[in-house]
Amino acid sequence: MKINLRIWRQHNGKEQGRLVQYSLDGVSGDMSFLEMLDLLNEQLTEKGEDPVAFDSDCREGICGQCGVVINGVPHGGQGVAQPVRTTTCQLHMRSFADGSTITIEPWKAAAFPVLRDLIVDRSALDRVIEAGGYISVNTGAAPDAHAVQINKKRSDRAFDAATCIGCGACVAACPNGSAMLFTSAKITHLAMLPQGQPERVLRVKRMVGEQDALGFGGCTNIGECAAVCPKGIPLESISQLNRDLIASLFKHDGKDD
Amino acid sequence: MSTSAKETNAELAAQYWQAGEDIHDAKANVALPIDKIWPDRQFTSRLVNPANRRKMTVIIVGTGLAGGAAAATLGEAGYRVENFCYQDSPRRAHSIAAQGGINAAKNYKYDGDSVYRLFYDTVKGGDYRARETNVYRLAAVSANIIDQCVAQGVPFAREYGGLLDNRSFGGVQVQRTFYARGQTGQQLLIGAYQALERQVNAGTVHMHTRHEMVELIVADGRARGIVTRDMVTGKIEEWFADVVVLATGGYGNVFFLSTNAMGCNATATWRAHRKGAFFGNPCFTQIHPTCIPVHGENQSKLTLMSESLRNDGRIWVPKKAEDCEKDPRQIPEQDRDYYLERIYPSFGNLVPRDIASRQAKYRCDEGLGVGPKVKEVDSDGTEHMRSRGVYLDFSEAIQRLGKDAVEKKYGNLFDMYQRITDENPYEVPMRIYPAVHYTMGGLWVDYDLQSTIPGLFVCGEANFSDHGANRLGASALMQGLADGYFVLPNTITDYLADSPKFPKVDTKHPAAILARQDVESRVNKLLSIGGERTVDSIHKELGHIMWEYCGMERNEAGLVKAIGLIRNLRKEFWTNVKVTGVNEELNQTLERAGRLADFLELGELMCIDALHRRESCGGHFRAESQTEEGEALRHDDTYQYVAAWEWTGEGHKPVLHKEPLIYKSIQVKQRSYK
Amino acid sequence: MAVTGLVLVIFLLFHMFGNLKILISVEDFNHYAGFLRTILNPILPGDTFLWMFRCVLLLCVVLHIWSAARVTKQDYKGKGGRGRYSIKKSLSPDNTYAARTMIWSGIIIVLFVIMHLLQFTIAPAAFGNPHDGPDGRAGMVFTAFGNWIFIVIYVIAMAAICLHVSHGFWSAFATLGANVSGLTRKVLRACSLLVGAVIFFGFLVPPFLIFFGVIN
Repeated sequence: MKINLRIWRQHNGKEQGRLVQYSLDGVSGDMSFLEMLDLLNEQLTEKGEDPVAFDSDCREGICGQCGVVINGVPHGGQGVAQPVRTTTCQLHMRSFADGSTITIEPWKAAAFPVLRDLIVDRSALDRVIEAGGYISVNTGAAPDAHAVQINKKRSDRAFDAATCIGCGACVAACPNGSAMLFTSAKITHLAMLPQGQPERVLRVKRMVGEQDALGFGGCTNIGECAAVCPKGIPLESISQLNRDLIASLFKHDGKDD
Repeated sequence: MSTSAKETNAELAAQYWQAGEDIHDAKANVALPIDKIWPDRQFTSRLVNPANRRKMTVIIVGTGLAGGAAAATLGEAGYRVENFCYQDSPRRAHSIAAQGGINAAKNYKYDGDSVYRLFYDTVKGGDYRARETNVYRLAAVSANIIDQCVAQGVPFAREYGGLLDNRSFGGVQVQRTFYARGQTGQQLLIGAYQALERQVNAGTVHMHTRHEMVELIVADGRARGIVTRDMVTGKIEEWFADVVVLATGGYGNVFFLSTNAMGCNATATWRAHRKGAFFGNPCFTQIHPTCIPVHGENQSKLTLMSESLRNDGRIWVPKKAEDCEKDPRQIPEQDRDYYLERIYPSFGNLVPRDIASRQAKYRCDEGLGVGPKVKEVDSDGTEHMRSRGVYLDFSEAIQRLGKDAVEKKYGNLFDMYQRITDENPYEVPMRIYPAVHYTMGGLWVDYDLQSTIPGLFVCGEANFSDHGANRLGASALMQGLADGYFVLPNTITDYLADSPKFPKVDTKHPAAILARQDVESRVNKLLSIGGERTVDSIHKELGHIMWEYCGMERNEAGLVKAIGLIRNLRKEFWTNVKVTGVNEELNQTLERAGRLADFLELGELMCIDALHRRESCGGHFRAESQTEEGEALRHDDTYQYVAAWEWTGEGHKPVLHKEPLIYKSIQVKQRSYK
Repeated sequence: MAVTGLVLVIFLLFHMFGNLKILISVEDFNHYAGFLRTILNPILPGDTFLWMFRCVLLLCVVLHIWSAARVTKQDYKGKGGRGRYSIKKSLSPDNTYAARTMIWSGIIIVLFVIMHLLQFTIAPAAFGNPHDGPDGRAGMVFTAFGNWIFIVIYVIAMAAICLHVSHGFWSAFATLGANVSGLTRKVLRACSLLVGAVIFFGFLVPPFLIFFGVIN
């Protein structure tokens, strides 16, 4: 089938970007969205033009490296009644009609500067984890794995939150460019486990503080983040974060020393 | 092996490789009982005073399970760690894609498991081509891994009582596999990533993302640094350290299509190989039977589905070629060939990975494959359109267990299949085909994980590893974390103890200047060729050659031919490739071209290694070496060794060094699945 | 923001409840208006309590506006300023018109509150309805809502408040950590709409009845 593309081209972080039109023939429905871009790039390269730069790695929906805004939706999963949970690499061209026009833009947010074309710098998400998204246990210092039993329900909830792939779609979708869903997923994951308790109070303060300092927007409970999340991290996680954050105000061990 | 075969090998050897001296691991004290060797090594390994550690720099390339775990652990110990990855975040390393689980000899199920049994299964599964001291240590530290990960907050599957759940995996008889739904790799990697970020926060680890290692600096006989290219700005930079650790994963992408991530590459290990690190068993690759087949020429990667599907699914192809295009539901039972059940009545669809893979290939070669036709070039140069797929049918399981039970067991896999192929596996049989999945080969290392270059350590899939000729399911995660958390941090100190005596190395050192010049001239060369062919088109061609001649079944004529084809293709690459853009920008074509240049050299070595090993073992099947029933036949008398290859320069024959494998703690057996 | 917002919603509900007293009778309404000025007498002299109450309200309003300004600025910066995507599609049921226009409904409310205070508290005389007329404070109300201009202004203002509350109420609960499941979210959203609607109709019933002469 034939597809018309409008793709964001931006040579580097300093220059202005713009949408450029391409038309691509020979697209098959079995191709993934990124394979369609590969095909475009092969043709551009043959013509001696610069191929479109985009990020991808595992192409099986788990590494979180890929991600572009497709027709106004991060990762492009849009069902009729409900959003379809997908990463860009797991979206297939059969979701598009022959002759349709697809607009492709990078994640846009203050904390995600564009590096080139569809590639943005998401290292701010690493900074948020760095601020406290871990359990401090040195290698070799762990007790036996069966030393603590963990309630299955809580363990499952921890797991649901831990499935976050850090792709940044939540930030791209949020009208405020907020990373609250990302941060709250880690907070919830660790808050559900007994191992996560000693640092729980300090963790939430540090991570939220870091997130604000990095230039992410604030949460206004719009819910776009959870709607596009490829892993279905629920909006409740943000409330969990808020509860922990409020509780930390009243706890002595919540003070940074 | 017959004398004539030996003579043929001698003839080939004269043409493709040279014989070198045997090598040995000198670090493990094999005079001790096997369970005493690791404690002994931990004790004899010299230590570094905590006050001295912060003065020592460790370069670690890669942030997967092995690299991330090593960086976190060495950071905690107080060393200054410089950690590099090509992705935009350390959390993206391809360890994340592992689905099944991680083995550990915890014996929580009380079903007779032990360190020795895990050791035994791993050596046997590797078809007796792994070093037993290393494998025993791997089994011994496996239990610590689980403790460590649980303490980090990895949410392993639990039972209602709150204790950890285990399952049986990959045909072993004990339940020793810990898992986290179908995302075990992701959860373990996130655990290591968090430990790593903690050290970044503590200032002990400096993280360099979107930096690709493009050269190793070997100064005064020691690995002392690396050269990187900043993938955003193109800046080429030297980094110096007391020791260099490579944890850069496997080289499955030499086949172009594999289950590896797009960016997985062999550049770091290959550059090290060119600087003197021996490459161990490069031809040992693992091909996984249950992947989603290729759909067309523009496919960029293959997706694996868990092997567990073979527990209930029945594999078949039509008996008649004219039925292949039909709707499989219209093909009557008597016209179906359940070939695994037919050939291996006792194991049926549960035969090991390599057998299942090879049989699928044979059926498709015979023209009985199903699904979309893909263009292929046969060994005689003719082009064919051929279907590459066999049916994996759940209709019987659905009848027997009910749709709900099947959905409960395999629902997520069925969903994945449907999303990719747009076919409903509850209605129509799935189509599967084997795909390259893991490479057992890698840089040769001793018991300390040190390569033949002093000061260059290699861990995880990047080393020639503990898996011998074939890796068991749920063992890759175990090895990556064992190396990173528990082995390397203990052995590296013995080397670092000497580092205060090392001479200073900086950008003015001749070795550094030379390394930088090499990188720059390579980049300039790639950008100046200005040919006609895209990088991917050449990579795909290399992939076809490797898959056809060095894939599931190899033979002498094919390998000789492949070597010729690869050499021509390499020439084509260096004269006719088209790399757009400049170095001083984010240039993905340039990145890929650099990686492909190395794959084109590695591919040849893989074929030479496959050519020299005239036996079948594990993932390496030589058509010349099979039993009367068509089974893999090892030649322990001739080939019970690790082939460690030494680079001798472009256009020169590599030197083969053998490390004889001596099994003192395990009895060597020939496997049979009839 | 959440806490001050909820305090203001509670105030609004009481305010509305008091207003409705005018439906019973003018005397009742005047009695209630007088009561407001003498709460906690004789422990506290005169209208001390009223002033304390006004101070708290003012503090809430100031804090609410201050945090709104901060969040708006942070969010504007966070999304990277104006002109973000060429196409943006909404997939969330919570991305309502009300949610997107919080700042504008907020500004309308602020302007309205200033007018409202001038009209009924600070300078009623300037609006031609002194509170010491023959019908007391109720008289003020009757004079005001006899004029269709004020009816229009009040409808617009109440619509703004209704919108503001319909997102603000649930959002405040979510921010305070009460959004614990999909079901609670549904309940909170429904409550939010209900509170918005109650405020809208509750405040507009007396003016309309006055305008159409049903009560006088």
